[in-house]
Amino acid sequence: MMYEEVISGSRTRRTLTGAARVLFALKIDGPLVIGLALIAAYGLIVLYSASGQSMPTIYRTGARLAIGTVAMLLLAQINPNFLRRSTPWLYAAGCLLLLVVAAIGHIGMGAQRWLDLKIFRFQPSELMKLAVPMMCAWYLHERPLPPSWPSLAALAGIILLPVGLTAVQPDLGTAALIAAGGALVIILAGLRLRVIAGTLVLGAVGAWAGWGFMHDYQRKRVLTFLDPQTDPLGAGYHIIQSQIAIGSGGVFGKGWMNGSQAQLEFLPERSTDFIFAVIGEEFGLLGLLVLLLLYVFVVSRAIFLATQTQETFARLLAGSIALTFFVYVFINAGMVTGLLPVVGVPLPLVSYGGSSVVTLLAGFGILMALYSRRKLIGS
Amino acid sequence: MPAVRIKDHWREQRMFDQRALVTAVLMALATVGLIVRLYSLQVSNHDKYAELSQGNRVRNEPIPAARGLIVDRHGEVIAGNQPAYQLELVPEEVADVPRTLASLVEIGLIRAEDVDDIERTIESSRRFDSVPIRLRMSDEDVARFAVRRFEFPGLDIKTRQTRFYPNGGLAVHALGYVGAISEQDLKHIDRATYAGTSLIGKLGVESAYEHELHGNNGFREVLVNAQGRSVERQGAFVPDLRVKPPNPGDDLVLAIDLKIQRVAEAALAGHRGAVVALNPNNGDILALVSLPGFDPTLFGRGITAHEYGALQGDIDKPLLNRALRGTYPPGSTIKPAMALAGLTYHLVDPQAHKLCAGSFHLPGSSHMFREYHNEKHGYVDLDDAIARSCDVYFYGLADTLGIDRIATFLAPFGFGRLTGIDISGERTGLLPSREWKARTFTKPGEQVWFPGETVNFGIGQGYLNVTPLQLAHYAGIIAMRGKVWKPRLVAAYRDSQGKLHEVAPQQDNEVAGVSAEDWARVVHGMVGVTQHGTAAAIGAHAPYTFAGKTGTAQVFTVAQNERYNASAINERLRDHSWFIAFAPADEPRIAIAVLQENGGAGASAAAPIARKVLDAYLLDDDGKVKPPP
Repeated sequence: MMYEEVISGSRTRRTLTGAARVLFALKIDGPLVIGLALIAAYGLIVLYSASGQSMPTIYRTGARLAIGTVAMLLLAQINPNFLRRSTPWLYAAGCLLLLVVAAIGHIGMGAQRWLDLKIFRFQPSELMKLAVPMMCAWYLHERPLPPSWPSLAALAGIILLPVGLTAVQPDLGTAALIAAGGALVIILAGLRLRVIAGTLVLGAVGAWAGWGFMHDYQRKRVLTFLDPQTDPLGAGYHIIQSQIAIGSGGVFGKGWMNGSQAQLEFLPERSTDFIFAVIGEEFGLLGLLVLLLLYVFVVSRAIFLATQTQETFARLLAGSIALTFFVYVFINAGMVTGLLPVVGVPLPLVSYGGSSVVTLLAGFGILMALYSRRKLIGS
Repeated sequence: MPAVRIKDHWREQRMFDQRALVTAVLMALATVGLIVRLYSLQVSNHDKYAELSQGNRVRNEPIPAARGLIVDRHGEVIAGNQPAYQLELVPEEVADVPRTLASLVEIGLIRAEDVDDIERTIESSRRFDSVPIRLRMSDEDVARFAVRRFEFPGLDIKTRQTRFYPNGGLAVHALGYVGAISEQDLKHIDRATYAGTSLIGKLGVESAYEHELHGNNGFREVLVNAQGRSVERQGAFVPDLRVKPPNPGDDLVLAIDLKIQRVAEAALAGHRGAVVALNPNNGDILALVSLPGFDPTLFGRGITAHEYGALQGDIDKPLLNRALRGTYPPGSTIKPAMALAGLTYHLVDPQAHKLCAGSFHLPGSSHMFREYHNEKHGYVDLDDAIARSCDVYFYGLADTLGIDRIATFLAPFGFGRLTGIDISGERTGLLPSREWKARTFTKPGEQVWFPGETVNFGIGQGYLNVTPLQLAHYAGIIAMRGKVWKPRLVAAYRDSQGKLHEVAPQQDNEVAGVSAEDWARVVHGMVGVTQHGTAAAIGAHAPYTFAGKTGTAQVFTVAQNERYNASAINERLRDHSWFIAFAPADEPRIAIAVLQENGGAGASAAAPIARKVLDAYLLDDDGKVKPPP
């Protein structure tokens, strides 16, 4: 209950309840945080099973969730105007770090995604998941919408520079998510539908051209996606085994910690990218529907919060953060169920490992900061 | 487009809301798409994936069924099962396989020449599977390994059932043996039912009754992980796994009497040859000997190329089952049948005496058909001619009969075709005829049947070829006065519940058209053989009357102007010695054929062997004739 009715004389006045008042003071959106907490809790339960009952895994994930929560709470306190003003600097720093990583990777041994800061490993590409939509929103903040052609060209540059740098790492999954974050800002900014259609055509042509630049293992993933049976023991193995896991789970699942595909290690990457299949196997269709329901709730709430903001920057950024979260879920679930190619996108807040948990929660922190500083109109 | 556009916050807000709504709808569609996909995987195709997942996690580990025992007619075990020790190695637990193998060679547990093979086997096995590297270890080997076990981590001694023949090579040619399943075997067995079985019957009863002996293997479901390693638990749970116990094979009760078999083998020992003794009343084979033999255990434990080469290269051919597959001219043992033919076609007067002056000429031919050892029997009637084995008498009889009558009359006695014994590998031998010769020879001059060939036929020489089994069968047919029973080795079997099932003896078409009188005449002649004829010395003092017939099969053709001199020619070119008999003559209980290769005259070599077997079967410990069963 956010509001309680207070009858005072002839006027009915709505005022915030005590708890809501605390949350309001902390700039926290209750429903959103509860949704996120439920997903994280569900994730921990599944992860315990998927990791082969490994408590250290749970502790480490708990620690990451804690760091992410702290980041979320801190970012929620930030003044949106300060955030907007510092956006270009953040973006520039991110690009610079990506270049550094690329340079180190070039000098060092091949694939390089992170900077070793001794205390923790930092992935600049994770930072870019937030910095790119922020930069796009910053760029469009002062400009009339829908964006003009020159604006679109500038935005394309803003997006493609970090996407390119991430893609060459090579980390197609993260590159796709960064691109999605930026693109969603532009779409939300009112990009005309015919431009979207045109981009899709261009994208198809680009994919055809991009085929030539792909690494062998990336091509193989695409080919295997189109027909997993061509390589049942190689690249197709992931998809086949995850479909077996999900399919054999049926409606009610095999029971917690009793999924043979997961527990006997037939399912690869069971605690990371393919944890969705573990849920499907052990908790069945019902377990997956509950998870999807939670995700849809969180995304819906986030979109609702985005619509409540009043400035262009806030609206576009909040909308992009909300939708990117859904894109995460859809790409992961799509790849695990065989609808999309295997691109290595974790299931948000559930998959083990990586700094994506922190980034995600930080994003929601920003979203809440943007929402809570809206000008309250009327009462 | 206006040159300057001004931000219209209200319009932008509305547009954003619109876009947010559209994306929300798209999101909903995507979610529905996902749910449809999940429904397809988890509901529509659930059965398929459930089966795939079951196939992933469960491996069927076969439990081999115990192979049925083979016992003789009195229940003595001829083939049994015995646990054998074998040394096994788990590759992943052995740090340095080549060095370990080298150490095993040093202490004499494996042979240096086998190391390469063993290494190959290990390489092709899974890292965690136990690989047998030495089969059939002796107790001494086991002890030797046991004291140094600590030096060999990853190696262990396991027991497994193998075939055991307590009597070694006794009756091996009837029994056959078991050996490793070959590519050839795989073509006609159901691989699924043989999963877990490593040995299969190769010859004889072991092969012919493979299906009954093998039984049905069981299986045990084992939980395996993605690496194929068997594991105890699935996550936090110990799943319910099925076990199907094996159904052991049937025990076979042979018709063979090991006591008779032993006597027969001992009597023939040191010679090449065969003995087949059977009960003419039902076809039960009481003894089936082919010497030399071999130890069937060699094959079960895995025969080495060297050992096999030695067996194959042996000039005495121990692997040849002479009883079923050795074909020889029957020599004079054919004469009783010739006599029966003459009597049945009324072409011979049994009382008429004919002169034997030591040789026979066809009218208008100078070719001389000689009497064995150039004997002169003087005037002989049919009875005498059989008893004293007068060649001249039968030369004439055969000539009178002619090839067509002979070929027709002999066929029902089982010549030239399989007797139908219940193990495979039997050869038909050859019953020649005019048609056969026309069919077989290519040159027109050779396709004609010559009268001289008929003459030779009369004393069982020439093209006619028989196996010892066929001759025993033939002796049994005469004993039964024309009744024919198919020879059989397996008389009964005991199923896995312990129930005994008798196998009904099988009758074959009998020899028709021979009168009881004529049977009696010929049998009388054969009794004469053992009383005052060619085998009189052997028949002397027998407490039962028995009918017999000696035979001598030529290996070496004596030229027209030469004499056969046994001592002068190579031992292996000497004549084969035959003897057929049945006893007691009036109520026969046993019929027998004995062949001793290069034994010389039948009376001297084969007949004494037959007598020993008959005595063993018919007499009790005090030398008295046992009452009929």
